[in-house]
Amino acid sequence: MTIVLGIGFILMLIGFWGLLTRRNMIKMVLSIAIAETGLQLIIIAIGFIKGRTAPILNSDVLKLEGVLKVVDPVPQALVLTAIVIGVAVNALMLTFIIRLYQQKKSLDISDYRAMKW
Amino acid sequence: MIKRSISLLVVLGFVLIFWKMLTNWLPMTDLHGVAKEYVSREPDELGAVNVVTAIVVTYRGLDTLGEVSVLFLAATGVALLLRRRGKKIGAGKRKRPSSEFLQTGTALLTPFIIMFGVYIFINGHLSAGGGFQGGAVVASAMLFLLLTFPGYKFKHTVLNWIESISGASYVIVGILGILLAGGFLDNRILPLGEYGKILSAGAIPVIYIFIGLKVGTELAGILENLKHEH
Repeated sequence: MTIVLGIGFILMLIGFWGLLTRRNMIKMVLSIAIAETGLQLIIIAIGFIKGRTAPILNSDVLKLEGVLKVVDPVPQALVLTAIVIGVAVNALMLTFIIRLYQQKKSLDISDYRAMKW
Repeated sequence: MIKRSISLLVVLGFVLIFWKMLTNWLPMTDLHGVAKEYVSREPDELGAVNVVTAIVVTYRGLDTLGEVSVLFLAATGVALLLRRRGKKIGAGKRKRPSSEFLQTGTALLTPFIIMFGVYIFINGHLSAGGGFQGGAVVASAMLFLLLTFPGYKFKHTVLNWIESISGASYVIVGILGILLAGGFLDNRILPLGEYGKILSAGAIPVIYIFIGLKVGTELAGILENLKHEH
């Protein structure tokens, strides 16, 4: 699971790098999405316990001794929430970009200075 | 150039933090605290086979209500920002229709994709699945329809009614939990039934069906709003 954790960290770094260096707004949204994916992988990897099964207690053994046989269900529930919120936020950001593009016909973030201080 | 080097410094700082986290990380060996309580008490207390579902729908049900509200707000925001201002976009030029293969395939597959989505959210308490996943599958069927038939119009009244009724019913089921059982969104307002059967785990399947319908219609609404802007 250290590998998955490492992949998650690498994805987060790629996302941060893209967010800091790209000027195209759609690429910035994509960077946020990549960083999000990395974070979700990290949370899942933290809840993993070697040699155990998914937290679905569908046999008598699992029902009685689930505590000794399944991985941590709490991070999985958190990631479920994070994925849905991520989709909603990405859709909203892309909508903002569509509206901005209709105003100025440009996707470059440095063309929008009205709110800059 | 100076901006680029500052960005590089920031990312290198994160590399350092993440490297420390990765090398000092000790894998979990046992369930502790709240996770242990959830896994050991859940089968007798709530009767859902899938512990993740029990946590999402009942133990942390209020968080899920908040999550559904965030999704609703985002969908409303998309609809508000992309509201049509009277003028028709792209009405003038006719586009080439999709190929025969795509049209036949879509007509054949869409009902089955929707059926699969419904299956996922009805079985959320028994197997890996649930309202959000099932709703996303239903919305993917809608995306398929919109890609093949760009002129396709959903019936907005029907979608809005399904969305509103399932959202309101979700809250009503939650309030019934206060009145009839232990607290807000408690699933024991219905009998727990036999462990592992489809009609079990009290109100969890009911809640997940409402969530699935709501998420499916909301995502379909977002997709359709985004489609108009081409």
